[in-house]
Amino acid sequence: MESTIIKSRNFNASFGTNHVVKNVNIDIPRNQIVAVMGPSGCGKTTYLRCINRMHELIPGASSSGEMRLNNEDIYQMHPIFVRLKIGMVFQRPNPFPNLSIYDNVIAGYKLNGIKLPKADRDRIVEHSLTSVALWNEVKDSLNKKGSFLSGGQQQRLCIARCVAMEPEVILFDEPTSALDPISTSTVEELFHELKKNYTLVIVTHNMQQAARVSDKTAFFFLGELVEYDETKTMFTNPKDNRTQNYITGRFS
Amino acid sequence: MNIESVKFRLGKSSGFQILIYTLAFACVIPLLFILGYILEAGITKINWHFLVNIPKPVGESGGGIANALLGSVLIIAVASVIAIPIGIMAGIYLSENKKSRLAYWCRLSTDILQGVPSIVIGIVIYFWLVRPLGFSALAGSVALAIMMLPIIVRSTEETLKLLPDSLKEAGLALGLPFHRVIFKVILPVGVGGILSGVMLSIARITGETAPLLFTAFGNPYLSVNMTKPMQSLPLLIYNYATSPYTDWLNLAWGASVVLLLWVLFLNIFTKIITRKWKVQL
Repeated sequence: MESTIIKSRNFNASFGTNHVVKNVNIDIPRNQIVAVMGPSGCGKTTYLRCINRMHELIPGASSSGEMRLNNEDIYQMHPIFVRLKIGMVFQRPNPFPNLSIYDNVIAGYKLNGIKLPKADRDRIVEHSLTSVALWNEVKDSLNKKGSFLSGGQQQRLCIARCVAMEPEVILFDEPTSALDPISTSTVEELFHELKKNYTLVIVTHNMQQAARVSDKTAFFFLGELVEYDETKTMFTNPKDNRTQNYITGRFS
Repeated sequence: MNIESVKFRLGKSSGFQILIYTLAFACVIPLLFILGYILEAGITKINWHFLVNIPKPVGESGGGIANALLGSVLIIAVASVIAIPIGIMAGIYLSENKKSRLAYWCRLSTDILQGVPSIVIGIVIYFWLVRPLGFSALAGSVALAIMMLPIIVRSTEETLKLLPDSLKEAGLALGLPFHRVIFKVILPVGVGGILSGVMLSIARITGETAPLLFTAFGNPYLSVNMTKPMQSLPLLIYNYATSPYTDWLNLAWGASVVLLLWVLFLNIFTKIITRKWKVQL
């Protein structure tokens, strides 16, 4: 199997006349964690949302250039297939408030009208919750509403919901920015486990987090991809002046 | 600052407080008077016999409002069947397409529709449906459905607009098609607000007399045929309250109490479901 799972070539995205992602070229390797960092408004979230075609849902949004998943053009595929293969976890935990914890995990099947035998459902729920280290905390309250959990647990529930669909890639849009430090470290530990089966792309405005969790890091600045390299190289020996300035805290 | 001027201002403040308390209480008085008066005049007329019998001809005592009660239920049920799907769908459209040209016109026309006097809606339906097809309960239902529409549309829109976008994105990111996001994610979460709008619209049309005058027309007998004239509670009150016969006046009083209780319970019920079905976001 090819080692590159997502490949962008000359990728651009804009809102109306506002050009927010400029000519980005990235190869994302399979089963690795890629962090996307940069100051606010640099286009990192927009770029992430282009990968699973959530960007186009905003009125006035447009994009151009190549974005490939396993060498297949994402923009030629149906957005629903794209989103089944590329899951997403959002900035704020957003479990379905009307569904129980159990139903939240299998929401991708349940709400899509896919009927599964009870045994399969139970297996998926247990497996997904175990893989996000939530099973032991919630196994006795699976019928309670998803919003009953704490913020950090809700975020892990959202990750479990994503994992249950067995995607190839999971996108994280600042997954810990709404969480307290302890929940943050729990989620970060998860990333290393998830990496075995999935490719993770994590947008973060927190450099330390990028340095802690990722294999490769991309630095965005004003819509441009300034530098993309092994995380170690990036933080010890950046090639570009702007990266140097950013990681030494001269601007943020 | 001297102590006298502070005392004067404190006095003014408490005077103002007394004023707003009094005026707030004054808002409650009309309802209490109406409730008290109608209950006093009508509650003694209501018994089982009153609810299951149709009005007697002039000169015979007794009789009930069974035909009007059943008629009201049927006319409102059919009006709801017409108005609820259209209203909810239009509300979904408005909340999803906030800025389109159609949304602008749709919003404008529901606003205007809400302000159209009910008698005008009645007369329009009279020319559209009654002139070619004759008086029918169905024509009354259509008139009432038109009155329900703006309330349902706007309450659905307002409810859905308050739901966070993140909810919709959660569904879309799981690969749900748009219609499933609407029916499986958005509507179930907003169901409390939408239902309360539906209930309020029913409460609003329950007492409407004007649009029924030249559509459902009224009928002294029990009828379940929607294509024929049918009695309803407000029509019965309108016709019998202006008659010179004591028995008929009593029927009108009793019917008023039933109508009043109906609207009262609808309102209480609405409050209960909004509280009970409120989804914690």
